[in-house]
Amino acid sequence: MKFGQPSTLPRWAQLTILPALNLLAALLVTGVVTWVIGENPLECLKILVHGALGYGEGIGYTLFYTTDFIFTGLAVAAAFHAGLFNIGGEGQAYLAGLGITLTVFAFDKVLPFWILMPLCMLAAMAFGAAWAYIPAWLQARRGSHIVVTTIMFNFISYSLMLYLIGHQLIEPGSQNPTTREFGQNAWMPAMQNILAGIGISIPSTPLNGTFFLALIACVLFYLVVWHSRWGYELRTVGTNEHAARYAGMNVTKIIILAMCASGALSGLASVNELLGSTHRMNVLFTNGIGFVGVAVALMGRNHPVGIILSALLFGALTQGGLDLSFAKPMITREMVLLIEGLVILFCGGLENLFEPILASFFKRGK
Amino acid sequence: MTDLAIELIGICKSFGAVAANRDIEMKVAKGSIHGIIGENGAGKSTLMSILYGYYQADAGTIRVNGKDTHIRNSQEAIRLGIGMVHQHFMLVDTFTVLENIILGAEGGLVLKHGVKQARAHLKELNKEYGLEVDPDAVVGKLGVGLQQRVEILKALYRGADVLILDEPTAVLTPQEADHLFRILRTLKEQGKTVILITHKLREVLDITDNVSVMRGGQMVGNVRTCDVDRAGLADLMVGRKVNLQVDKAQREPGEVVLSVKDLNLVDRRNVKLLKDINLQVRAGEIVGIAGVAGNGQSELLEVLAGMQQPSTGEIFYKGQNLGTLKYRQPKAAVLRKLGIAHVPEDRSREGLVKAFPNYENAILGYQCDRSVCKGPLYSRKALVARMNQLIKQFDIRPDNPMLRVGLLSGGNQQKVVLAREIHANPDLLLIGQPTRGVDIGAIEFIHRRLVELRDAGKAILLVSVELEEIMSLSDRILVMAGGQITGEMAGKDATAPALGLLMGGGDKH
Repeated sequence: MKFGQPSTLPRWAQLTILPALNLLAALLVTGVVTWVIGENPLECLKILVHGALGYGEGIGYTLFYTTDFIFTGLAVAAAFHAGLFNIGGEGQAYLAGLGITLTVFAFDKVLPFWILMPLCMLAAMAFGAAWAYIPAWLQARRGSHIVVTTIMFNFISYSLMLYLIGHQLIEPGSQNPTTREFGQNAWMPAMQNILAGIGISIPSTPLNGTFFLALIACVLFYLVVWHSRWGYELRTVGTNEHAARYAGMNVTKIIILAMCASGALSGLASVNELLGSTHRMNVLFTNGIGFVGVAVALMGRNHPVGIILSALLFGALTQGGLDLSFAKPMITREMVLLIEGLVILFCGGLENLFEPILASFFKRGK
Repeated sequence: MTDLAIELIGICKSFGAVAANRDIEMKVAKGSIHGIIGENGAGKSTLMSILYGYYQADAGTIRVNGKDTHIRNSQEAIRLGIGMVHQHFMLVDTFTVLENIILGAEGGLVLKHGVKQARAHLKELNKEYGLEVDPDAVVGKLGVGLQQRVEILKALYRGADVLILDEPTAVLTPQEADHLFRILRTLKEQGKTVILITHKLREVLDITDNVSVMRGGQMVGNVRTCDVDRAGLADLMVGRKVNLQVDKAQREPGEVVLSVKDLNLVDRRNVKLLKDINLQVRAGEIVGIAGVAGNGQSELLEVLAGMQQPSTGEIFYKGQNLGTLKYRQPKAAVLRKLGIAHVPEDRSREGLVKAFPNYENAILGYQCDRSVCKGPLYSRKALVARMNQLIKQFDIRPDNPMLRVGLLSGGNQQKVVLAREIHANPDLLLIGQPTRGVDIGAIEFIHRRLVELRDAGKAILLVSVELEEIMSLSDRILVMAGGQITGEMAGKDATAPALGLLMGGGDKH
């Protein structure tokens, strides 16, 4: 089975049995690893699931991470529909943080929430898009491969931001490489406060209003990609560039726009992180969300519904994994990363591992 | 029964729900030329792929020289003396003929010995079959006809007794095809068996001893070639009476719609692809461009459709100089709006997005049209209704607007493209290879549609490598060779040999 070859499986099986099998395989291997280091796999799994979904606070954290992953997943999917593999979500989100911070620093003493918040979002999207624009331009006009350039741009962003945070934006007198706290008029309302307004009480977590924004983004993504002229051109360029040229589409422009949209979506993840949770910018606040986005999009088959579900999975893994590393000293943060890595490997990289077996099973059934 | 080289008994092969081969029976006599004829999708290629070991049959027996065999891969086929010349050559362009021929049969780690032996052997083969190929020539610099002979040599070098040729004349001039047929006859005289897959009736009648006719995955006839005629074979292929002649009334052409003056196209490496092209197409006229594939016809179509920028020269459309227009959008989009429709030569590469459903393909190129999209979002309902209309008008099957276009047969895919372009009601239709990979039934339909369009006063520029098509459709024929127009004749006066001479005219090979 070659990469990208259409599967012979019925669509429902592709969307249900196959991911389930992949997930199961990942868990099995993880189980073996846990067993080897001397822990009880079943117990660990129980802690992990409970940590992610078993209690109010856990759910809040899970959904908070999910919000990040929805945005970065959508970002990868947007580029993917144009036939581009944007690995640079991490750097784009990081740069978006700069956009947010600069905007907040400039206006949080003067502008009210209702103006400042949209302005910050626009700044996040603009900075993310701008950071994606350069690789996009290089790809469309000069043929530099987008995978290579976006990876390089991640590293450039690390160094650039480290310098900016450490030397320019650092809170005066602080020992930590972090900016000053944002003014409260730049805080995205926390979920517990929003829900308290309509009389529902939930535990206090970083989950915030950006979560709704992520869901709205999914709906918009669906409408734009599958029901608009622009989405039609995007998908045409992504599946058959020759046909796009034949049809009189401006391929260069579409490639650049798709990457900018992708960067803007990555940027919104920073809104969740900075305006929704930390209320200041730390070094490396993105913490790999851009890379997880690649896995989320792959596993979600670049469709918003799939992306929500796989973002939820990775959100739960992140949160449950953290709880697990607290409960079991043997299982460190690196172990949790290993588990995530295995899930990515089986669900993303080896997504068709079980396809031939399953396909022959279906064939016999007929 | 040793006088049979190949015997196929009860061969069945399905892909998913599609039965590509059903219960195929075929006998190929030793030392004969055996034709397999059938429309596209009739199952010829599948059958030969089974014989050559690419696919495994679901059921049935293959006998080679009277012995039951199991051919699991192409190495086994080669060992049994079966060789194949593919439609798309499997050659390394940067290697010499000799290097290509020993590819996969190098004979040990040290290349030197193998090469020496190969050279001697090759010389023998060359002489024996009159192939006239220089072993030290670089393959990429050879003409198509010679490259094909390299493929034949390659098969013979591996000891092939049975040679399968898949649509060998698709890329040849009539003269080159004749040369190929001479070679095939020599092969036959030397005791080799040749299986010729084709969809051209003329070739089968000219050269084969026996012919098997396939239709819809089944073998519908095994006959001696001397017992059948053209019409009989065509009827067998299609399963009903077909009208091979296009009915076309004489018609006086109207005003000039397209006029091309001194058009040149030079590529980045300074190769002249088009040289001083001058031509005119009038309203109500079909102008055909004949020529062997790769002599500039494709580039000419692309330039006229706005997909490439000409290096020098002028193009006038309805008196308007297209070079002086202002283009805010890609040129192809602007020209389409002006009423120039384009059916590209390669529908699956350019004309369609195979992963998209029919109704989305029906707006390709017209995605910005007012009639397609008024607001920011498409109305899926309207697009499906539009597709349903096209399906009815062009008899596209299956009649499901939601079906992915890649799942349609070649003929129906072409109908989708044609329907889309004709639906736009163009004044000029540029059409390349309208019936490539299209079954006879659909060819008839497409030809009728083109004549109707002409009779409605539209101008049509037709590019095709099928001489019969050019001759039966065109009011005027231009011949292209080496990027130039080498001749012109009226459609009613044209003959294949006369056109063939012009087609070879500017060709460097």
